[in-house]
Amino acid sequence: MPVPPSRQPIRHLREGLERKRSWAERLHVDGPLLLALLVLLLFGLAVLYSATNQNPVEVRRQALFIGMAIGVLLFVAQINVRLLRIWAPWMFLGGCVLLIGVLLFGDISNGAQRWIDLPGLPRFQPSEVMKILVPLTVASFLSRGIMPPTLLQVLVSMLIIGTPAVLVARQPDLGTALLIGVAGIFVLLLAGMRWKWVFLVLTLAVAAAPALWFFYMDDYQKNRIHTFLDPEREPLGAGWNIIQSKTAIGSGGLYGKGWLNGVQSRLDYLPEGQTDFIVAVLAEEFGLVGILFLLTLYIVIIGRALYIAGAAQDLFARLTAGSLTLTFFVYVFVNIGMVSGLLPVVGVPLPLVSLGGTSIISLMTGFGILMSIHTHRTARLGF
Amino acid sequence: MTEHHILKDHNQERKLFLSRLLIGAGISALLLCGLVVRMAYLQIAKHAYYSTQSDNYRIHTLPVAPNRGIIYDRNGVILAENKPSYNLTVVKENARGMQDSLALLRDLIGFSADDEEKLQNRLKRRAVPFSSVPVLVDLSEAEIASVAVNQFRLPGFAIEAQLVRHYPHGDLLAHALGYVGSITEDEMKTLDAVNYKGTDEIGKNGVEKFYESLLHGTVGYEQVEKNASGRIMQVLSRTDPVAGQDIMLHLDVNLQQAAEAALGDFKGGIIALDTTTGGVLAMVSKPSFDPNLFIGGISRTDFARLNSSKDTPLFNRALAKYAPGSTIKPFLGLAALDTGLRTRDYAVRDAGYFQLDGSRHVYHDWTWWSNRSGHDLVSMERAIYQSCDVYFFDLATDMSIDTMHDFLAKFGFGANTAVDIPQASKGTLPSRQWKLATIGEPWYPGETVNSSIGQGYTEATPLQLATAAMVMANHGKWYQPAMVKRIGLDGEDRRLTSAMPDVQLNNDDDWNFIGGAMAKVVHRNGGYRDDGTAYDYIAGVKPLAYTMAGKSGTAQVKAMPADFRKGDAVPEEYRDNALFIAFAPVEAPRIAVAVFVEHGEGGSSVAGPIARQILDAYLLGSEGALKPEFIPAEPALLSAGAP
Repeated sequence: MPVPPSRQPIRHLREGLERKRSWAERLHVDGPLLLALLVLLLFGLAVLYSATNQNPVEVRRQALFIGMAIGVLLFVAQINVRLLRIWAPWMFLGGCVLLIGVLLFGDISNGAQRWIDLPGLPRFQPSEVMKILVPLTVASFLSRGIMPPTLLQVLVSMLIIGTPAVLVARQPDLGTALLIGVAGIFVLLLAGMRWKWVFLVLTLAVAAAPALWFFYMDDYQKNRIHTFLDPEREPLGAGWNIIQSKTAIGSGGLYGKGWLNGVQSRLDYLPEGQTDFIVAVLAEEFGLVGILFLLTLYIVIIGRALYIAGAAQDLFARLTAGSLTLTFFVYVFVNIGMVSGLLPVVGVPLPLVSLGGTSIISLMTGFGILMSIHTHRTARLGF
Repeated sequence: MTEHHILKDHNQERKLFLSRLLIGAGISALLLCGLVVRMAYLQIAKHAYYSTQSDNYRIHTLPVAPNRGIIYDRNGVILAENKPSYNLTVVKENARGMQDSLALLRDLIGFSADDEEKLQNRLKRRAVPFSSVPVLVDLSEAEIASVAVNQFRLPGFAIEAQLVRHYPHGDLLAHALGYVGSITEDEMKTLDAVNYKGTDEIGKNGVEKFYESLLHGTVGYEQVEKNASGRIMQVLSRTDPVAGQDIMLHLDVNLQQAAEAALGDFKGGIIALDTTTGGVLAMVSKPSFDPNLFIGGISRTDFARLNSSKDTPLFNRALAKYAPGSTIKPFLGLAALDTGLRTRDYAVRDAGYFQLDGSRHVYHDWTWWSNRSGHDLVSMERAIYQSCDVYFFDLATDMSIDTMHDFLAKFGFGANTAVDIPQASKGTLPSRQWKLATIGEPWYPGETVNSSIGQGYTEATPLQLATAAMVMANHGKWYQPAMVKRIGLDGEDRRLTSAMPDVQLNNDDDWNFIGGAMAKVVHRNGGYRDDGTAYDYIAGVKPLAYTMAGKSGTAQVKAMPADFRKGDAVPEEYRDNALFIAFAPVEAPRIAVAVFVEHGEGGSSVAGPIARQILDAYLLGSEGALKPEFIPAEPALLSAGAP
């Protein structure tokens, strides 16, 4: 069929776009990001196998979670990010209701109410969901206006961030509350919040810290700070974890003791070796080389995610992608920093490696959103 | 807002976002570098330190105690062995709620305050963290079961099997073997701390103490990997301990039993020596105690009971010194002949009493107390077999105490001549010099008179008396008394050259003369008034199947109280000690015996038959005849068993 010459350039462009739409794009998947994630997940499984003392049941369960998480990622990636912008505030409200529900009816485990059992759904922690919903909602809110945000916008954003953070802190789960806060604040920072306000908030936070210490923090939280400052204070008590994890890391050396040959976790010296302290197991068995490999994987993932954020088409997508990426980095940094004794012990798992389904599914949801952002671009970007 | 305005803003917004994102990425990169530096610091710079730490946590070197050498008697009967014992132990680090657990144990298996005190002491001594400490030793099966059922309420507690010393013969051999007991802090100071790392017990007395270094062995080591709760996950390497050496004693447990039985309910001490080696065939001291009580630490109440008993069961009477009484007479008789102070025929008229020239003190013969007379005309032979005191009182006027001392010293009096019985007393062999040195007074002639009948300062142990009897039996040939016959079951018997020189006489026949006189103590010799003191109690009761030589002694312990009237029953503590020395067969001696019966009253009547039973037990076969290996090659000096 002859085509009118006047439409030739358009047709050419369309053909070009058609050609570029590979299988990955049709599936709304970002190839490089997915590949890096898969390599990290598999490496994580191998470490976990050793960290669980070669327990096939735990590893199979984790593999199942990983499979589910990949499913969730693929599903989320199909959802056009513009829809998320509209849904986010409503899901956020639902999340807040669940958090209140947790405080009123939640299951208690490890001395804190974090879990909720909804009929028809697996047991999960609403606070985990909030780690994604808070940045989405703040981004959704800010994307309605003009950047940099006005004072009013900042204050409303603070309210959006503060409400779930306080609810989670009351569970009590200060670590997650802080991470929720961090995710939301990243949105504000990326949106271009004025530096003088940033410094004002920081100054207020520093000033409020002693008050927090004396009036708000529980003994276990204070204890963690004490222990961080001086692990030898209670070598058989609170300091035990950090002494043992440093021993595991240090004894690994450059090349490590070899897979399945780590002794610190095998002999139960390293507590939480499957969950929060798994990087110590990795460091002991694979040495500095293994750590560098792990960090390289994270750099690839974060780098690709930052690229996606930079290339995003609209403000909501940018802010969301940027915040999720930087939050992911914070998880990595806080976990490894804590296990290696640079930071106090807070309950942050090593992202995508530590045992635990909820964390992996929520992180993969985040990467699903990133992929959606990258693959639901309009042709307008080409100009 | 116009479309244009919004578009312009979009670009600005994007620039602002990108700059912020770049800052974020930059900070992230910096922090990531921080992590890498931190990891490199831990894994490269501090690698050696943390590797050592890691090994220190998990690798523990545990001492493996060597098995203590087993002690056998001369026939291979086990006298001291190691038997598995099930102990309740605790690892302090893992014992959460130790007080609750101990309270539970009080209800379950009667864990007492005494036990708790011992436990606290052991916990204090413990050096290695995560090592187990015994709580209660040697649990019965019922106790093991009730602990096992309640295991979950006893965190940190466990049942452990361990080899502990066991004395199957109990109190029979307590004084001969000694025993092992918990190492005290004082002993710790002098011990080889390395070699005793895994050892809880040490020889406290007797053979167990003297041969400690042989019996103990060499400690072994096990390098084990422990998990965080102190459980041993695997043994990394092992250096086996070297078991202690087995020891065979000269002791004959059958003879020991016979001797113990012969002593009956009396308190006393008995030594039997193999005259061909000096080996101790039997060492009895009664009352005795169960040495097994000391295993794992004796309880306070048990120790108090043993230690404060007026029967002093912990005291070894076979090695303690007592006045030898008339058992000394054959040796002084020999001295008199050898020094030429007396001839065999020299006779003394004994009227039943004796006075030194210029002294008003009257020394009575023992016969005086029964019939107010003496032995009449007495030569040396009769003075021995009828135990005439006046003959020896008379001898004391010619023989100085120093001559007595020098001659008796050749037979081992006044010294501990045993090879491996250091706990034995040296006795007392008085001399002028001795008295001046220990009492600070000159020697008085009257004291020589007392010494001539084994009273006064003179004191000897049953071990010394048996040794002297052996030397007499051997015609001067010396063997030093020894407990241990052989080290290692397959080895050769130890042949020790005697540090004591053989006793040489000017006239060798004097041995036969005195030996003959001692034989007449127990055998018939012409009938009434002319028989030996012990004839009525020994050969007179039942004919002897061999020639036995002996000498009785009855030694005064305490002067009678002033208000004591003749005919009253003598209170036990005032009763004389009874002694008897013997050897047989006279022609080719195989065994020498000394019997000491505390407050036994009659040397011939009480101690004599005991000595005879011991000789019978050793020398006679099942049909009451001399065992073939003991039959002398020479014909009998006396017609054995003649009525």
